[in-house]
Amino acid sequence: MVEPRVVLSLRDLRVTFSGPTTGRPVRAVDGVDLDVMAGEVVALVGESGCGKTTLVRAVVGLEPIASGTIVVDGATVGRRQSQLRRLRRRVQMIFQDPSGALNPRRTVFDAVAEGLRIHRVRGDESTLVGEALSAAGLRPAARYVDRYPHELSGGQRQRVLIAGAMALQPTLLLADEPVASLDASIRGEILAVMRRFVDESGVSIVAVTHDLGLAWNIADRVAVMYLGRIVEIGPTEQVLSAPRHPYTRALLSVVPEIVAHARVDAPAPQILTGETPDPTAIPAGCRFHPRCPVVASGDADRLGIGDRCRGTDGGAIDVKLVAVGPTHQAACYAIES
Amino acid sequence: MTVLELRELTVTYRPRATRGAAAAVPAVRGVDLAIERGDTVGLAGESGCGKSTIAAAVLRLLPPGAEVGGQVLLDGEDVYAMKPGRLRAVRWTSAAIVFQGALHSLNPVQRVGDQIAEVISLHSQQRRSTGLRVQVGGLLERVGLPSTRATHYPHQLSGGQKQRVLIALALACGPQLLIADEPTTALDVMVQAQVLELLADLQREQQMAMLFITHDLSVLAATCQRLAVMYAGRIVEGGPSRDLFADPQHPYTRALAAAFPRIGDPSSRLRPTGLAGDPPDPAALPAGCAFHPRCAVAIDACASTDIRLVSAGADRSAACVHVEARHG
Repeated sequence: MVEPRVVLSLRDLRVTFSGPTTGRPVRAVDGVDLDVMAGEVVALVGESGCGKTTLVRAVVGLEPIASGTIVVDGATVGRRQSQLRRLRRRVQMIFQDPSGALNPRRTVFDAVAEGLRIHRVRGDESTLVGEALSAAGLRPAARYVDRYPHELSGGQRQRVLIAGAMALQPTLLLADEPVASLDASIRGEILAVMRRFVDESGVSIVAVTHDLGLAWNIADRVAVMYLGRIVEIGPTEQVLSAPRHPYTRALLSVVPEIVAHARVDAPAPQILTGETPDPTAIPAGCRFHPRCPVVASGDADRLGIGDRCRGTDGGAIDVKLVAVGPTHQAACYAIES
Repeated sequence: MTVLELRELTVTYRPRATRGAAAAVPAVRGVDLAIERGDTVGLAGESGCGKSTIAAAVLRLLPPGAEVGGQVLLDGEDVYAMKPGRLRAVRWTSAAIVFQGALHSLNPVQRVGDQIAEVISLHSQQRRSTGLRVQVGGLLERVGLPSTRATHYPHQLSGGQKQRVLIALALACGPQLLIADEPTTALDVMVQAQVLELLADLQREQQMAMLFITHDLSVLAATCQRLAVMYAGRIVEGGPSRDLFADPQHPYTRALAAAFPRIGDPSSRLRPTGLAGDPPDPAALPAGCAFHPRCAVAIDACASTDIRLVSAGADRSAACVHVEARHG
């Protein structure tokens, strides 16, 4: 069997911002290791402020990295402009709000052709644009090329952006909440287009989302982020059907479900109190411990790991990911013990 | 007791004629709806189906140029026959709205406590006093915020906290009806769960009637006893939410419900499904049943016959020829 090719490789990636008022640094991405294989969809899930968007922006050079390495297609990503330009053809990005990402005064044709021109892609421009639009589900393409963004629905705008990204035949597509701003009824159609691109062209996708349903719909693997770190990662079926980290379990328990389909064995919702914690003051011990149900219920103390979780044992600073299956890892002391 | 009743409500937006005759936009095309005390009714539908127009129509908050037909009865009193003074008194005290995009509806240069106090003092002729401050603190605590938050400005609060402040504001005058228009759309899953739990608790404690408007069917399934599904300005299906999800009668409801991924269900794994096509332009609705161009089970008659709600079993109704044939 051919060893699958690694398209994106992150090693101990850190992105730090200077703090707004306190002067304490904001550790937005705080030591992430991640490998994405060719033709794979990885969903990066977590609450607002967990660093998931910062992470993908760092990959395309939109955020400066503090330390660590980013390797795309075997080449380390540096900061030089010429390098970034080459990188940006191979790595494309689509954003949450398609209205804000399109120039209101340029037509659909120009929006898709712009990338082709910048990267001097060879071939007949109108053919390439037409093919890209059709592939993104805007058919017949001739009906859309002369339209302006305000003449399109939200779903159509997102299709234009996907067409623009895929026209460059990237090896990696970063999608930041690709359907969050769209009506629930049309999200599935857009996700189906993305999944088809993966199956047909072999592109890899890293999709940032807080929607676990999206992950179930299109992702091969799920990585759960909390306060700048991946706390659980593995195949979608395993992470979403048999989650091991208490944070993943809590996230899953609050997904609203349509009653008729609700799982019989669905756990009682564990609504974590409080907002997402502050990345300028990451707690000692396990960073999730102030909101962790295992710690709050006293189970952690009964297991004899309470002090390690709370960081009061003076030992290790961070919980490491440990294997809980062949390709499934979680970072929780309760698993080790 | 019926708190809110809509009778054949229609709302038509007449754009100011700029160049040529701009077409009138029928946003709401004949909606009947009743909400009893202690009931939570969900109104579901895609962007542009008229659901937010209904929210605004209940308290006469529509922009100038909107024509309203039919009746809106709040506690049996016709809102559109009220004198301005009466209308002002009814807003906040009889019915209050938590708006969509709540995060921008607070005044950025006023402390949140003062914004709540203003509403109370305007409606109760109370002077600003210690008593009022205590009342505001109590409201904030009821929505799960420490009373010290009263001295904060909106920018010092997170999205979920601002949404809680807006709920406190809506509760300030003890309304009988709370209208929540996409109250959790901008929020994270965990914060959404917190806000939904809060709304359900408050509603239970005070036996308020609640109209819950959203495009997210799964949120409604978790919160509402009854449900009305809107398409192109009309209710196309109504009934108890459990029955409606277990056995949707209208093909639109079926398609909407199927569009929600069900985690753990192998049939939706790696198979995202959606509803093909876009919602119709309200200014140029298709002839016949407005849903027929997107309908998987449309027959020839659908393109010409405009169908209204018909009974679809006990306590249920749907607007579809197939339903009419099954139950007619």
